[in-house]
Amino acid sequence: MKVLLRNPRRELDVPGSRQVLALLAELQLSRESHLVICNGTLVPGDAHLAADDVVEIRPVISGGA
Amino acid sequence: MVAAGSKCRTCRGPAIIDLPRHNAHFCADHFLELCRRQVVKAIDQFQMLERDDRVLVAVSGGKDSLAVWDLLIELGYQADGLYIGLGIGEYSDVSADYARAFAAQRGLHLIEVSLRGEYGYDIPTAAKATKRVPCSACGLSKRHLFDKAALDGGYTVLVTGHNLDDEAAVLFGNTLRWDIDYLARQLPVLPARDGFPKKVKPLVRLSEREMAAWCIVRGIDYQVEECPIALGNKHLAYKAALNVIEEESPGSKAAFYLNFIENMAPLLAGHSVAAVDGLGTCAQCGAPTTGEVCAFCRLVDTAREHRPVPVELVLSKGRGKR
Repeated sequence: MKVLLRNPRRELDVPGSRQVLALLAELQLSRESHLVICNGTLVPGDAHLAADDVVEIRPVISGGA
Repeated sequence: MVAAGSKCRTCRGPAIIDLPRHNAHFCADHFLELCRRQVVKAIDQFQMLERDDRVLVAVSGGKDSLAVWDLLIELGYQADGLYIGLGIGEYSDVSADYARAFAAQRGLHLIEVSLRGEYGYDIPTAAKATKRVPCSACGLSKRHLFDKAALDGGYTVLVTGHNLDDEAAVLFGNTLRWDIDYLARQLPVLPARDGFPKKVKPLVRLSEREMAAWCIVRGIDYQVEECPIALGNKHLAYKAALNVIEEESPGSKAAFYLNFIENMAPLLAGHSVAAVDGLGTCAQCGAPTTGEVCAFCRLVDTAREHRPVPVELVLSKGRGKR
């Protein structure tokens, strides 16, 4: 699957299918500070991402104090 | 994608989001309903807004400020937006585009103030000229201009998009230092006083993750990229630390902040009043200040004399410190 990451913007090719939470863990990304969008739709942690999905992992933390 | 097995807690339809702190999943409609309910609860609990208030929303082009503007309009409040052009290179240009597009698509009024155009400086230059951390120069400028725009425009309330994560992170930092003055002022509502508009934070019961999800579900385009000169600041480090705790013990951030407001803030109330009552008036702009000239006017006087500093220069300095 194609995985878009932000801050900085970059794209990864991840082979095979994954559960959302497994993908986040594999990329060492916090569940609390990210959302996962699959083919344009927000998906929960137990959704299964297929090998041909286009996935965006969107960070939700912003830093202005 | 194979559909998730999880179901919405309310309707048992397919879920789009998991919220561990509620130990629940929600579909799009019931997630939005949860967010509206939390905002209404905050507004009512802390007496933030009246139906006839003239509201000014401080809008950055990011998820929180656009979400709170969207929520207030949805809930029937009359609310204009205020965007301050901070001059942080392309980041500010793109942020302004998101704020303008949001307002234009909904027929809302957006007031714009340009630091460079109206005050002769930008944030990178102010940071360099005054030797302040960029976030400090930015926060000082925004606070002053938010207050001024609200008072000049006759607005009765200034709304900011501070969310639960923002407030918990600031509380964490203030608690690490036991900074009583700042702790006493860390309230979801600050009443109007001479020289200050009433300020409220309707998103204090909602997390950053929930606000980003609100924007995605509602189709609101916002600035996803992080401010390039905020990278590596303490506020982000506090948020990361709290999220480690939250993952181990969901609900910790809400308990930390909301229980502070309920149990601790009342004990500090007298301290807060004393701090505000000691203020005088700035000889240059008339804003409240502890000195003869306020910190904003001093910053402007120094920064506008400095040659413009490109973002990259401040950026590399910040990165070197991390």
